[in-house]
Amino acid sequence: MEEVIKFRLNGKSITLNVDSERKLLWVLRTDIGLTGTKYGCGEGYCGACTVLVNDEAVRSCHTSIKDVQGKTVLTIEGLAQNEKFHPLQKAFMEHDALQCGYCTPGMILQAYALLRKTALPSPEQIAENMEGNLCRCGAYNRIIEAVQTAAKELQGGFYHDEGPKPGITWRTSGR
Amino acid sequence: MTRDQNPELHGEHPVVEYSMNRREFLGFTGTGILLYFVIGELPVFAEERPAVRPQMILPADFNAFLRIGEDGRVGCYTGKIEMGQGIVTSLAQMLADELDTSFDTVQMVMGDTELCPWDLGTFGSMSTRFFGQALRSAGAEARLILLELASERLKTPVDSLMTNQGIIVDKKNKDRRVSYGELARGQRFERHLVGKAPLKKSGEFTVMGRPVVRRDAGEKVTGKAIYAGDVQIPGMVYAKILRPPAHDAKLVDVDPSEAERVNGLQIIRSTDFIAVLHKYPDVAELALSKIKAKFDSPPSRVDEKTIFNHLFKMAPEGTVLAKEGDLGRGAKMSSVVIEQTYLNDYVAHAPIEPHAAVVKIEGDRATVWASTQNPFGVKEEVAREIGIPPNNVRVMPVFVGGGFGGKTNNRQVVEAARCSKLCGKPVQVAWTRKEEFFYDTFRPAAMVTIKSGLTDKGRISFWDYHVYFAGERGALHFYTIPHHSTIVHSTGWQGTPGSHPIATGPWRAPGNNTNTFARESQIDIMAKKARVDPLEFRMQNLSDPKLLRVLSTAAEKFGWKRAKAPSGRGQGVACGLDAGTYVAVMAEIAVEQETGAVKVKRIVCVQDMGLAVNPEGAALQMEGAVTMGLGYALQERVRFMGGNISEHNFDTYYIPRFTWVPKIQTVIIDDKNSAPQGGGEPAIITTGAVIANAIYDAIGVRLNQLPMTPERIMEAMKKK
Repeated sequence: MEEVIKFRLNGKSITLNVDSERKLLWVLRTDIGLTGTKYGCGEGYCGACTVLVNDEAVRSCHTSIKDVQGKTVLTIEGLAQNEKFHPLQKAFMEHDALQCGYCTPGMILQAYALLRKTALPSPEQIAENMEGNLCRCGAYNRIIEAVQTAAKELQGGFYHDEGPKPGITWRTSGR
Repeated sequence: MTRDQNPELHGEHPVVEYSMNRREFLGFTGTGILLYFVIGELPVFAEERPAVRPQMILPADFNAFLRIGEDGRVGCYTGKIEMGQGIVTSLAQMLADELDTSFDTVQMVMGDTELCPWDLGTFGSMSTRFFGQALRSAGAEARLILLELASERLKTPVDSLMTNQGIIVDKKNKDRRVSYGELARGQRFERHLVGKAPLKKSGEFTVMGRPVVRRDAGEKVTGKAIYAGDVQIPGMVYAKILRPPAHDAKLVDVDPSEAERVNGLQIIRSTDFIAVLHKYPDVAELALSKIKAKFDSPPSRVDEKTIFNHLFKMAPEGTVLAKEGDLGRGAKMSSVVIEQTYLNDYVAHAPIEPHAAVVKIEGDRATVWASTQNPFGVKEEVAREIGIPPNNVRVMPVFVGGGFGGKTNNRQVVEAARCSKLCGKPVQVAWTRKEEFFYDTFRPAAMVTIKSGLTDKGRISFWDYHVYFAGERGALHFYTIPHHSTIVHSTGWQGTPGSHPIATGPWRAPGNNTNTFARESQIDIMAKKARVDPLEFRMQNLSDPKLLRVLSTAAEKFGWKRAKAPSGRGQGVACGLDAGTYVAVMAEIAVEQETGAVKVKRIVCVQDMGLAVNPEGAALQMEGAVTMGLGYALQERVRFMGGNISEHNFDTYYIPRFTWVPKIQTVIIDDKNSAPQGGGEPAIITTGAVIANAIYDAIGVRLNQLPMTPERIMEAMKKK
């Protein structure tokens, strides 16, 4: 059924007239044209379609568009601000934490959600949290290193997105 | 590849006409210095595929070229593609170094069938190995030509000139100088390179051998990188195609009436080919599920358990790959004879990006964006499907989300072409994960039988080796054995008629995973019989200095302490040879006694790949290969019943995940004065064997079939 769906996408308000049962993944990719969010398995097993909804990592292939009504959505396209890479993006580049790059957007956003909850996760915590994100090229260990590097940099106070503003309070407050 | 045109991959080109003959091709690049050269595959192509040759749009005397533009930028045009292996970076490094220009001025223009000369495809670890050397040689020769041109311009003998980062300078008077770009200005200089220029010595490298950030990294971390499924063009619709439940099923009845009611849906049909089209892929998918179709499937006979007996029955006479001495005499010399059969199941490629393609037809011309390892193959296939000359098809470059051999199969492109032809609109076909499993060309199920013997001195006396359906790659042993024979039953990965019930194809280091697993398991069994530490046994029976060196390097890095297996420590060793590269690997694992689950704790992998052009990239490839190898070693197998594939998604088909991956230490023996060898595949070949050997060392149980799943380990423990 067509409904009016309003949400914030990468810091901007957006209003859509759309069949509310359609999945966020396809609305992002086709209706809105943000193709950085990838289809990998369609059933939530691979994590390639991971986006942030109210700063929680969700599988957009499994999320109906009606479920983001009034919420905040962040996709990979919204992560770099003012042409500057987010520390996670920078760390993925520096650590060569990617090969074919297809899983990368989902990996980065999954890691982003983790770092909001756990400021300095151990390698084991990263692995467990990101277990549902698959990388066939096998960059897993590099990704763990990249997430740790980014975590350290974020400790320095860099913060991003239009949500609750800087400072370090978000890290200790958890969710 | 990005919407705002990635300069790396698109470069700056004059507009190109669609169809070209040789003259037009040579004409398109306008001014500049154009240097044509040949890379390794041209002769292979000419000899092995003569039938295709008349359709080739390009001359047979070059298949790559450099263009030095008026702005000093150097374009390197190649039909290779980037699918994660990093060649967009490593090839540019090689060229910049030999040409003595800055890395930033070199642009790789890859995989565009209109701009780039013909190429067989990107696989077999060939890009750096063959192309890399040719490219270095071309760069070196181009530098000499530029010196000659500068000599004329500056009226100074070549001997008095030197190059320095894109500028040629008079050694005696540094004010007298001319840049590469200035030499190209207003010029139209063409030459075929002869490949005789001396290459730089390792001490002279300024770019090669140094870590650089991948050139494609920025686009890939921001979501700007465009893969085939990301291509959206005006008027394009998404097609979803009606699929049979099994490969041999026939459509008997179809009722699309319910689907027809979906708003904005178009249904196209050509005999048994039925597809639904919609401007949204998810709506098309939903509509497809509303089509009621009845298929008849013939009774299935073969499944993943009976396949091996079936394949033994179907096995053709063997081809002798190597033979020396007399096996009978070898047997007589032996105090122990060991006979063993090794098996491996079908394995999927399972790239995270499923196959996708967009085809746009305009009149008798077509433009294609495809996730493919062989864009020039796509060109021919699309032309055939639409019924237009291959020269009228242009395949555009896009990033490929992992290939591993599976994207040499371009079925999805042909499907998109068919849909586009039937509906008259641009069409995207992007497979679902289920389709990706269904139409994958799996690594073949295969068997190896080995009968080998030991002298009472602990030397290998004979080796009688038969490999069935895996192919010849990696089948040759490299141990010192007086009497040996290696026979390949069914070469390559295709099988013989009636053999494989499901499609098979090349899978990362095709054949070598199977062969190395068998050989290195057998070696360990012999070490055990000889009552010698498995590393020591290998060293005693090897003479190749490169193998000895990778093994001793691995032992040092790993901290290998001699012990007879099973020592209970869960440590294993294996070595192998692939694509010119020598690999030794050591692993430490633990087996959970209650479940049979294997936890890999650490892996050391040592590789001698000749010159490592991009050591960081090479290490990444090694880590990736070892990691991917954990899948076929421990969990990956395709179950099936006849033509019905039981694996549909990652909930039953397990590929490696974060928590599987141990600490991986890689060591590259960087032989700077040797030619670069393959790097994308070799490190995967030993993973199965090293884990099998480590499992034996841990619990005294030998697994002879890949993957070594917990169930199989429990079963083997019970039989012990």
